[in-house]
Amino acid sequence: MKGKFSISQTIMYILLSLWALTTLFPFVWVVNNSFKPRNLIITDTFAPAAGDKFTMANYTLAFKRINIGGAYLRSLIVSVSVMAAVVLLAGLAAYALARYQFKGRALLDSLIVASMMFPVFCTIIPVFTMQKSWGIASSGHAGLSLLSTALPQIAGNLTFAIIILRGYIRGLPIDLEESAYLEGCSAIQIFFKIIVPIAKPSFATVAIFSFLWSYNDLFTQMFFLRSKAEFTITRLLNELTSMEGTNYGLMAAAVTLVVIPVLIVYIFLQKYIIKGMTAGALKG
Amino acid sequence: MESMIYKKKGPLFLFLVPAFVFIIVYLFYPFIVNIINSFSVIQGLGNLPAGVNAPWYQNYVRLFQDQKFKTALVNTLWMLAGTVVFQVGLALLLSLMVDNIRKGAQFYRTVYFFPIVISAAALGLLFNMMFMMQGGMINQVLAGLGTKAVNWKEKFSIQTMLIPVMWQYVGFYFVIIVTGLNNISEDIYEAAKIDGADGIKRVRYITLPLLFNVLCTCVTLSVTGALKVFDLPWIMFPNGMPVDSTWLTGTYMYYSTFNLGDVDYGSAIAVFIVALGVIIARLANTLLKEKDY
Repeated sequence: MKGKFSISQTIMYILLSLWALTTLFPFVWVVNNSFKPRNLIITDTFAPAAGDKFTMANYTLAFKRINIGGAYLRSLIVSVSVMAAVVLLAGLAAYALARYQFKGRALLDSLIVASMMFPVFCTIIPVFTMQKSWGIASSGHAGLSLLSTALPQIAGNLTFAIIILRGYIRGLPIDLEESAYLEGCSAIQIFFKIIVPIAKPSFATVAIFSFLWSYNDLFTQMFFLRSKAEFTITRLLNELTSMEGTNYGLMAAAVTLVVIPVLIVYIFLQKYIIKGMTAGALKG
Repeated sequence: MESMIYKKKGPLFLFLVPAFVFIIVYLFYPFIVNIINSFSVIQGLGNLPAGVNAPWYQNYVRLFQDQKFKTALVNTLWMLAGTVVFQVGLALLLSLMVDNIRKGAQFYRTVYFFPIVISAAALGLLFNMMFMMQGGMINQVLAGLGTKAVNWKEKFSIQTMLIPVMWQYVGFYFVIIVTGLNNISEDIYEAAKIDGADGIKRVRYITLPLLFNVLCTCVTLSVTGALKVFDLPWIMFPNGMPVDSTWLTGTYMYYSTFNLGDVDYGSAIAVFIVALGVIIARLANTLLKEKDY
């Protein structure tokens, strides 16, 4: 059913493009301003950063004064660990739940469904107390703080990841696994050699979802990352206003430095990202 | 029907134990402890309970007497109504239009979805720079039009807090609804066309009824999502500023626990958030089911 009147088509294109403008323009605006001297941002915000209005000062400041590079590195360490752990643990559990018949499987299934209804608000305080008693939370040691951030994030993504992967693995024909078994592969070998390669799209969806979720999840990071030496990029941005007050040039540069890498990844992997995120929020 | 490979249950243990240890230790155990905490006395995050509250339900009585919590609840309900009407409503309009254009659907999908992958922390700073009083982007536009600068974050604090949250997730519901629209067969539209149904009628009598389940999912998601909003409001309006007017249940829970060290009260707020979520989701489901097409 494609409309036949060019007038209605034109109106629809205009309205659709207006919304596209609202999602694109803020980013274009902030990137442009990040290359301008800080005083121009609050006086001449729409002027393009060109000629004598162009400067790299905001970026040199971002790396020197607030060590945005270090924060990036810590973000990557946390989010890649969360991603790897979720993919591995959820993959193994989903494989077992999809293929094995055993007593107690119904119980495990209902545990998974129930745990999806726990928002992070209602688990965070006991998790903090527990991790503090283990000596990993608020220990003052940066590595341990990052670990104490990653562990609850892994748990928070596991159940949902198991549901996605289990559904996908269940739908795979079992023939390949059987022929691998006849050639002498054990169940663990079958998982790594057969299941992971054929279920790659759903593993990618889960990986991307848990990475982005961990990277963007400010709430958990607020609890476990306390000092500047421990800050991830999201946590650092939260602190920027109180640390740097009205330095809008620095702010624009920091926002740009967060947006650009995500934009690049998004352009290449958008198919998986959109799938992962829409499926991801269904975890409710 | 079970394959030979999976008769031996040995590896099962290895497959399941790591994941379920995580789930029990980090989700179920804390969930139960949190409910117990809400009846206890705990001062300072990370400390163990120092006995039971007197009376044990004291925190829940306090919830209903606390003026700030009342503000938080009212704002959260606004957030809820706003997300349902604007996020899902706008997404529906946009997706109906995208479904009817000849080219470029993929482009709009990509562009609309983009804000969702950006961390709310970055968006919070970005919107702060747009809405700020002195030289903010919007006030510079107003100045260009010869209008006086508006102090958005003081005068229109609730709106300034809600708009970015709603804006960010429109694309999300857009993608879900477009997927639903693509599942509607072209034949039905062709048949309706032959019967003489025009564009609006086709939407009213074919698209919307067939889309009903998808829209229900969207409403439920946006309702439960609204209860969990934390990042963007916390960055734009920390500590309920200005003068305790912008609290949401999530930000107030964090503040009570972290800034005030009133951990048992924070736990009670968290329990309340879960209960509210379950009740509202149920309510939404029953209300929507009654109108089954």
